[in-house]
This record gives sequence, C-alpha cells and structure tokens, in this order.
Amino acid sequence: MGNTLYDKLWDAHLVEQRDDGTALIYIDRQLLHEVTSPQAFEGLRLAGRQPWRLSANIAVPDHNVSTMAAERAAGLSALADPVSRIQLQTLDDNCADFQIPEIPLDDERQGIVHVMGPEQGATLPGMTIVCGDSHTSTHGALGALAHGIGTSEVEHVLATGCLIQRKMKNMRVTVDGGLGMGVTAKDIALAIIGELGTAGGTGYAIEFAGEAIKDLTLEGRMTLCNMAIEAGARAGLVAVDEVTLNYVKDKPYAPRGAQWSQAETLWSALKSDQDAVFDAEVVLAAASIEPQVTWGTSPEMVTSIGGRVPVLEDMKTDTQRNSLARALDYMGLEPGMAITDIRPDVIFIGSCTNSRIEDMRAAAAIVEGRRVAPTIKQALVVPGSGLVKAAAEREGLDKIFMAAGMEWREPGCSMCLAMNADKLAPGERCASTSNRNFEGRQGFGGRTHLVSPAMAAAAAITGHFVDVRTMGGQD
Amino acid sequence: MQAFTVHSGLVAPMDRANVDTDLIIPKQFLKSIKRSGFGPNLFDDLRYLDEGQPDQDNSGRPINNDFPLNAPRYNGASILLARENFGCGSSREHAPWALVDYGFRCVIAPSFADIFRSNCFKNGLLPIELSTEQVSELFDLMYASEGFSLTVDLHQQCVRRPGAQDMPFEVDSFRRDCLLNGLDDIGITLKSSEAIRAFEEQHRQRAPWVFELLEV
Repeated sequence: MGNTLYDKLWDAHLVEQRDDGTALIYIDRQLLHEVTSPQAFEGLRLAGRQPWRLSANIAVPDHNVSTMAAERAAGLSALADPVSRIQLQTLDDNCADFQIPEIPLDDERQGIVHVMGPEQGATLPGMTIVCGDSHTSTHGALGALAHGIGTSEVEHVLATGCLIQRKMKNMRVTVDGGLGMGVTAKDIALAIIGELGTAGGTGYAIEFAGEAIKDLTLEGRMTLCNMAIEAGARAGLVAVDEVTLNYVKDKPYAPRGAQWSQAETLWSALKSDQDAVFDAEVVLAAASIEPQVTWGTSPEMVTSIGGRVPVLEDMKTDTQRNSLARALDYMGLEPGMAITDIRPDVIFIGSCTNSRIEDMRAAAAIVEGRRVAPTIKQALVVPGSGLVKAAAEREGLDKIFMAAGMEWREPGCSMCLAMNADKLAPGERCASTSNRNFEGRQGFGGRTHLVSPAMAAAAAITGHFVDVRTMGGQD
Repeated sequence: MQAFTVHSGLVAPMDRANVDTDLIIPKQFLKSIKRSGFGPNLFDDLRYLDEGQPDQDNSGRPINNDFPLNAPRYNGASILLARENFGCGSSREHAPWALVDYGFRCVIAPSFADIFRSNCFKNGLLPIELSTEQVSELFDLMYASEGFSLTVDLHQQCVRRPGAQDMPFEVDSFRRDCLLNGLDDIGITLKSSEAIRAFEEQHRQRAPWVFELLEV
C-alpha cells in the first residue's frame, strides 16, 4: 500500500513515535506575529529557556497594524491605538531579545504572515510549518505540512524545535474537470465547505487533487488550502508539480545552485502514491461549481449566486433550525430571498485568503472604467504585502481602484478580523474576500458575506450581489 | 499547569452548534500580552449588549438578560455544556484562557475543533466528548433542575450524575497523563533532546536549506 503526501511529510519529520500513540514531529519553520507570540516568549523567559534553533523562525507584524498610509509612515510610535502599539512593540522587543529574525513594519516585505512566507521563500515545499494562526494551512499549497497551533505550542516549538502530535487521518478532495469562466479557487473552497460542512474535515489533513486543482496557480492553491480550516481540517495540501517549482524558484530564501538541484529532486517526490489509500474521499465536478456567496454566520452557510437563502423547512434537525433562525436574525435576511437581492454596505478585498497579486488583478478587471455604486459606504482594497502593493502599483491597479472610488491601503490583516481600525459598524453588511463570516468577526454586530475578489468587485459596482460572469473582464 | 483529577461543579449551557473562538473571546481582547484576565470578557458579544473594550470597567455595561450565563442560577458554574464543533475557527489560545479565567474546568460537547481541543489540554481545561444523545440528555436534565451539577472523574474517565448511570468518555492517554499530573509538555519533550539532535543531523543532509538563518 502506497503513502499519501501527508504520510510522506509526516514520516520525513518523525523524531520519535511513542507507545501512547503520540509522536514528536520536527518543525522546520515557525512564523511568528504579534498577537499569539507574546505569552510564548514570556513563557520562555519565566523558564529561563532559549530558542532551540534560531534559523527555524521568522516574525512579521500583521494582525493589528494600521492600513492608513499616513499613520504607517509615521512609524510605530505614532500608532493611534495604544493597546495595539504595545503589542507590536512587544513583538519587536521579543525578537530583539531572542535574536529572532523579524521583518519590521516599515519594510516593503512586511505583509500578512501567510502572504509573506511563500513570497519570501521562507516557507518551502516539504517543510513542516507552524504559526499561531489557524490559516497556516495556506502553506500546504506548496506541498508542505502546515497548520495552526495555539500559543502554548508556539512556546513549545520555540523551546524544543518540535511538536507533540497525533497523526491525522487522510482525506482527498478531488475536483474533476475544468472550472468555468469567472469561477475561482475561492469558489472551489466555499463549494467544498458547503459540501463537507464546517466540521467535515475535523481530524483530517485534506489533500486537494484533480484537474481543476492542477490548473490553479500557486496563489489559487493558497486560497484553497487557506480555507481547509473552515472545513475543520487543520492542514490542506496540494502535491508538488511544475507550478510549485516555478513559483518557488528564485524566491529570496529559496535554495540556489547545487542546493536547488537537491531540493528539486527531493520535492518532486512530494505527491501521493498511485496506490495510496485515503480514509475519506470526496469528489466534486468543477463544472458544477458556480460563483459562491455565504449568507449565514458559518462558512458552511453558502450557496451559489443564483441561489436563495434557505427556509426553515429545509432543515432536518432542531439544532439546524435553531442555527438557521439565529443566523438569519443576525444577518438581517429573510428566508427564501434571492442572493442577488442582498445589498452590501461595505466591500473588503484583502486577507490571507485573497490579497495576492492575482486577486488584485481579478478585482481590478471588474472595476476598471466603472464606479462603485452610490449605496456602498466604503470599499477597501488591502494588498497582502508591501511587495504585492508595489507590484499592483506597477501595473496601475491602484489607480483603477481609486478611480472607481475604492480605497487603496497599506498591507495587513485589516477588516478580515478587525483588530485594527478597519471594522464594520453594527448592522453593516460586507461583501468580503476573507475567510470567516462568524458573528462579530469584522466588527461588533457586523454582517459578512464571503465571496471571491471578482464577486466582491462586482457587488461594489452594482450595489448588490451579482453573477460576475455577466460583468465581463474575466479573460 | 493546574492538575485535573476529579472535579464536581455546577453545569451551565452554551446551547448552540459551531461556537467559534471569535464568539468565545472577541478579537479586541487579543491585544493583551498576558495570559490572564480574559474571564470578564468571555462570550463578551453575548453577555453584554454593547461592544466591550480591553481594560474597560464592565460594571456599567448593559447586560444581555437573555444570555444564560447571566442568569443567577448559573452563577459559579465550572462545567460548560455545549453542542457540536465547539471551539471552531481561530487558533487563539485566548479562548481556553478566557474559559479557565472565568472559572470553567471542563467543557462537555458532542465534538470539538482540533486546535481548540489541543489548546484546552495545555491549560488544565478538560474537553469531554459524549454522544449527541448523551449531551442532549444532559441539556434536558440541566434545564429541568436548578443547581444541576456533575462530577467529572478523569482517573476513571467518566461523568457522574446523581441517581443515574455514569457516562464513560475517551481521552488521549498522553493528554490524560499530563492533566492528571499537571505536567509541562516542554519539560517532557526536552527529555528527548538527544533524539532531536540526532534527527537534525540526518535532516540537515537531506534539506540543508532548512537550517540557514533567515537574515532579514
């Protein structure tokens, strides 16, 4: 019986298998940010411990940075929110104290940790990668074993270079055939979550396979793996192929010369064997996937753009009926209403899910030469890193967004989780390219609809959700 | 870490599925650089009618009287009864920190999200999985009798209720051992330092780029 990609990554990092079923797994790379690391560093300090291996780590501030150009230009000491300022300063201080490499706030390479990592080649195929952030699953797109951990585990990895783990089960989600025009990785992710449910992947590492996945760019695969956690799976994976190697080659921290040849040979084997057996298999037809829009307060509450908000009679159990009633009440929606009748107040294009250059391009292609609808109060475009921002500006995308009436911001997590000043007011409705539509996620009382960048851009123009395929601009 | 052996306490409800960690502790409280002090803001969006702020005096805030944890009958509860997929979403360990700081020692649900479950064990908070039917039965009993309490015995791996059969539960044996003895994971792992060093030597041959410092 062959091995899955997950089995191979696990075996290659197994330090010790213990009788009680737990294992010690070696961690190649740990990404650190300001929110989930301070208590871990404090733990090291209290115990008098030093980092096991400095070369395992890289830090970057992202979660609660300002996205306003003037505030950013004035430096950390000028950050308006004093609580955020202390947390960001603490990251700088901890990195200095423990000699952890940190990309500072004013560096062009700064960005959302899951955009920066692959962009710098700090995260690479074949690695085990962790971060105190559940969207670490993103890096699985490189053919790496990557998942989120809690702060105690951040401290554990800092102190020991390892994690105590129990092996997950294997699931393969195959998306057969080619995607339709205007349908993106985000729509695949949401359609899969709609199929599996928000806990369907709990206990599994999910490998995404099939023609539609092979056809995705590496950025698209990151969008998909990013949302594996929204189906409950800590890790998402895609096998290494030419797309992966072409993406990684020449990244700043990627191996070069003779090491590149060694890496290419090692990484090319990072795929599941033909006869590998998965504990669970799910197959979707790409042709059946349409642009998706979430209507509720869990990512599984999703339908296609031609769909309707469910009615209570659609639900089978009391718990489901209660969830639906609560979600509709929170979201301010009527049962049975058409998705295209939902009118957002705010547009957010950004987050570790959708803030890479191709996301910026997809959104710009829709808004080019058009104006944001007058009913839209605010339309934010937040690139995932300073390098994405610079690349977009070289292509003139910033001008397209601003001419349409959108705001072009500095990189950071921004309104995905609203830890900075970018947040919804109570009752406000947002078409968002982020990953979670939980109650209050984008601001107290805020209402989130998850969509692709092109769909968010289309809603910005028309003032309501609309099938992006009727808008042109997707070639 | 506080050890967990046998615990008896009042049971309180969180009667909805897919309770996410944003709901357990909203993002604005994640700006703290401490591990403690999150209890007053546990379920903040549900406990209060307004938006809470870090380091705020909560005494003047409008209370949501429809939220069960605000009811006097659940005052002092230390066992939380919940529905499926409790703790989904963000990896924030602030969620178990808030639950522990509030006074909870145990959460009982039909299922938990993976990262949340792992975070609970690191903080002396025991996540117990029972079947959907068993959890529903406990909800019914709790609603029917004010002061409904349970005893959780980690040694015997069972939930005890007055006048009815014990409910056995499964728990990862490593995690059980750590909880029973209040053991620190890092100390345990560092006993394997030699094995880790040996692994590193062969891993360095295979993937030398992993060991190069990322100079910024």
